[in-house]
Amino acid sequence: MSTADLDTTGHIAPASALANVGVITGRNLRRLVRVPTLIALATAQPILFVLLFTYALGGAVRAPGGASYIDYLLPGLLVLAIGFGASQTGVAIAEDLSSGMIDRLRALPIASGAVLAGRVTADAIRNLFVVGLMIAVGSAIGFRFHAGPIAALAAVALAVAVGLAFSWLNALLGLQVRDPESAGLAGLFPIIILTFTSSTLVPVATMPGWLQAFAKVNPITVVVDALRVLCLGGPTAKPVAEAVAWIAGLLVVTVPAAITRYRHTTAA
Amino acid sequence: MANHPAIVAEALSKHFGRVDALSGVCLELPAGTVLGLLGPNGAGKTTTVRILSTLLRPDRGWARVAGFDVVKQAAAVRRLIGLAGQYAAVDAYLTGRENLQMIGRLYGLGRRAATRRADELLERFDLTGIAGRLARTYSGGTRRRLDIAASLVADAPVLFLDEPTTGLDPRGRVAVWQLLGELTARGASLLLTTQYMEEADRLADNIAVIDSGRVIATGSPDQLKAQVGGDRLELKAVPGDDPRRLARALAGLGCGPLVVDEVAGRIVLPVSDGPGILPELAERLAVSGLRVADLALRRPTLDDVFLTLTGHPGAGAARAEDPPVNSGPGSELQGATNEHR
Repeated sequence: MSTADLDTTGHIAPASALANVGVITGRNLRRLVRVPTLIALATAQPILFVLLFTYALGGAVRAPGGASYIDYLLPGLLVLAIGFGASQTGVAIAEDLSSGMIDRLRALPIASGAVLAGRVTADAIRNLFVVGLMIAVGSAIGFRFHAGPIAALAAVALAVAVGLAFSWLNALLGLQVRDPESAGLAGLFPIIILTFTSSTLVPVATMPGWLQAFAKVNPITVVVDALRVLCLGGPTAKPVAEAVAWIAGLLVVTVPAAITRYRHTTAA
Repeated sequence: MANHPAIVAEALSKHFGRVDALSGVCLELPAGTVLGLLGPNGAGKTTTVRILSTLLRPDRGWARVAGFDVVKQAAAVRRLIGLAGQYAAVDAYLTGRENLQMIGRLYGLGRRAATRRADELLERFDLTGIAGRLARTYSGGTRRRLDIAASLVADAPVLFLDEPTTGLDPRGRVAVWQLLGELTARGASLLLTTQYMEEADRLADNIAVIDSGRVIATGSPDQLKAQVGGDRLELKAVPGDDPRRLARALAGLGCGPLVVDEVAGRIVLPVSDGPGILPELAERLAVSGLRVADLALRRPTLDDVFLTLTGHPGAGAARAEDPPVNSGPGSELQGATNEHR
């Protein structure tokens, strides 16, 4: 290798950066399917969410506008399942950190965001599978799209997009917390808090007034409400724009923060 | 490349919180040679390797690898180095071949070229037979071989190996030594960290002894051994006997101060001419009428080097057989030093 033609600025061409992300995505997808317990649990959890919440809460909650509870609930459950699943991103990144894998990858001439982006991309593909599975199980017990195929596809895309934001947040948490088990727990906190103070499981109108104020601006409420109009019908422009704005805002903060953290992190 | 030393480090300092991990480390590795960085856990070996391989920024000082600054020209440095870090960092859920293919693809090789390169390395590292098995099924030694193979994918001219044999059984250790011997015979520049004097002795052209973040001695293995006084003669008194009687009987023998370990009932004596000491030793023992339970002539260990150079035993040497510990930089050494006091 000649040193004369070396680019010393640290710039990696976009095409190579993309190729780097592809290689890391492939690595993580292989891992996903090769850990048998992981794939079994990751499949069982979303199915259980659909069945448990529908049958346990379905009798007690009256969905607004006379919708059936499963139609009302499923968009929220998609976000819940993706939010829970996103903690796996943090676990995987923390594992890569403690195993020394991130040291190895950081010493390679690759784009500095590629390792995280590859993991997040693999998780987005997993989320696509999870969303499909939940819609299939939901359909078997009565869920229907009421706003047409394009709105249905937009709903899937929005669900996967919010998963990207959750995954980047968890990648940042994984690098910060460092211990894989703690990273898994740390990733669940924001999701549990935000889900139960949102319109995911029950209408915001049933909450006490002080909580309603928070629930209305809660990003999960915004995203779930957008998913609901895409599934159930109604005016879509404003709720979807608000949801996209929240997701974009989260990404603008978490992606650079996670990559910066990555560039300064080494194993213990 | 030929004009530049493989590595030059000048006054590298790094602290973590209030712990000074490095306090002014200077190193030079001429191209095509092997430098052994020898020291106990927490001495600063891994921190040094991480700075030189662009993973950490020094607080003060600078370093160049093949002429490129490790901070300002990190991207160029990354193209010229191979790193096998402190842990055998291979993906447990990929096969051996897939691990090497992945690294090749990340270096920008096409699918086919990456596979060809992976197969070459698998062959060379005697891993072909298990190349299709998940790395999680490999033994520690095999994982380490795969890890070292991964650091060679790009055929980089400068290699860093951080404690390549820590945690390996004797057979695994010998296999890794053979491998590194072949590597250096091919002209790679290699920086190797180790806790074992024997390892540095066997593989390195030059050794830098590092303790508490400072390089306390440098030289060829022979120079260093001469500095610490050559081999060690170890005698164990018969149980119940006072080893100090043995020490008195042997006073003046050897080339340095004799150390008495009353607890173990043992004395250790540095000797410069190896087995040449034995006839006089036998005579002294015969004259004194003392008997010994055990007698051994051995190479100086890291413990001996540390005792000679610093006046205190190296923490790592005392625990050289322990598995690697994730201690904060410097913390373990400090603890051990306090115990010693």
